[in-house]
Amino acid sequence: MRRLIRKSDIFLAYVLLQAAALGLMLVDAAVRRSLAEPVLRQRAEVVRVLGLTDLALFTEARYTRNPSLADRHSPFQEHPLSLEHFPSGSVVSPPSHLTLPAGR
Amino acid sequence: MSLIEKHRNIIDYTLSSLGRRKGKTFAVCLVYSFIIFLLASVVFFTQAIKREADLLLREAPEMTVQRLEAGRQTTVPAAYADGIGRIRGVQSVQKRLWGYYFDSLTGANYTVMVNASLNGREGQAIVGSGVLLRGAAEGESRKIQAGDSLPVKTYRGEALMLKVAGILPFASELETADLIQVSERDYRDIFNAEAGRYTDLALQVRNRKELATIATKIVRQYPDTRPILREDILRTYDAIFDWRGGLSIMTMAGALFAFIILAWDKATGLSAEEKKEIGILKAIGWETGDILQVKFWEGVSVSLTSFSIGIFAAYLHVFVGSSLLFEPVLKGWSVLYPDFRLTPHIDAYQLVSLLFITVLPYTVATIIPSWRSATIDPDSVMRA
Repeated sequence: MRRLIRKSDIFLAYVLLQAAALGLMLVDAAVRRSLAEPVLRQRAEVVRVLGLTDLALFTEARYTRNPSLADRHSPFQEHPLSLEHFPSGSVVSPPSHLTLPAGR
Repeated sequence: MSLIEKHRNIIDYTLSSLGRRKGKTFAVCLVYSFIIFLLASVVFFTQAIKREADLLLREAPEMTVQRLEAGRQTTVPAAYADGIGRIRGVQSVQKRLWGYYFDSLTGANYTVMVNASLNGREGQAIVGSGVLLRGAAEGESRKIQAGDSLPVKTYRGEALMLKVAGILPFASELETADLIQVSERDYRDIFNAEAGRYTDLALQVRNRKELATIATKIVRQYPDTRPILREDILRTYDAIFDWRGGLSIMTMAGALFAFIILAWDKATGLSAEEKKEIGILKAIGWETGDILQVKFWEGVSVSLTSFSIGIFAAYLHVFVGSSLLFEPVLKGWSVLYPDFRLTPHIDAYQLVSLLFITVLPYTVATIIPSWRSATIDPDSVMRA
């Protein structure tokens, strides 16, 4: 007699397929990481040679272009009531060395 | 009947039950997947960019020394570099010149810095691959190419044409997209910068363990300076993309509130149809435990499906699609935005964390109202 495929069998296969796909995603991530390694080394060399200190992610204001070099007052530099208004200013948190009470 | 066989029967019933409510199940899966997609995108993006910043900025200068005047960064006299160079433990002091230049033609902000290899090659520049050139005829900006001439307006109001001698590698766009490297003479011409003064100093020390001591000595000798250690730079990107940071908190708060509404809708009660179904099951002999198992498998199947869809979509979005949804948030009013593709730095820990903060609450929220309905008299449930 032909055995019917039950919904629970399909469900089990589906769950296993999902787990396998998640595993494949982790494998893909590992492969991409190993492929990117030489490029990352080359990029790190560019950083070393040029003496760069920050990523060029937010180029709209100088304190977001170089957050690690920003001073405590830079977002309010124009005058004391000039509130910080650049969109990326609300995305970028101040660097930890500026928020420490005994920060330099 | 074995326990496995019993669960298989319950799963058979659960899937048929979900199939009868196709529209509702599909809508719940869609919303739920989108919430997981948002949460996972933020987690993948922030972890990957933090890791990438950490790997790249390990090569940043060991110590950068700035000078402050009335709370703002100002130029450093060459004498400071000589004095700091004499501090025991300092191996070298590099006097750096760099600044920001707003190009009114394209509306882009550039970082102009001196490259010593261009000294003696005045009028030439090495630029980042994101630098734009305003086309004369078409009136639109295009990416600059080697051999192009980049017009720069100096702080004295004169025009300076810089011949593009080279383009920095496209792969390093995340770090160099907005760079314009020129000779020292061109830099001083562009910014009308006073001779003998520098933007900051980049230090190399003999022993890294002495960094903090050297920083203290510098501040004691020159109280108007501010040393920034490489560790400070590395911690900056941890802070920017911290879970409390703007990007994470904005996206996660929205997604979590949507998720709370979804779970709350589930937890506050079942539809009349669902209650009637529970009443009938109880009337034909199902026990409360069996009904809870049905609801458990319902929650698990919806959650797992949504979790997988959300996670795969987030992976594609962040690591294949260059985080397109985050671009407007990160770009702000900038004209330049680096074209970059992050390396996936994901692990099983991130996936398990995401699974626990999404699947578990939803499954619990599915079971609670069913338990309330399943414990009351089937007759009253069916009559209600």
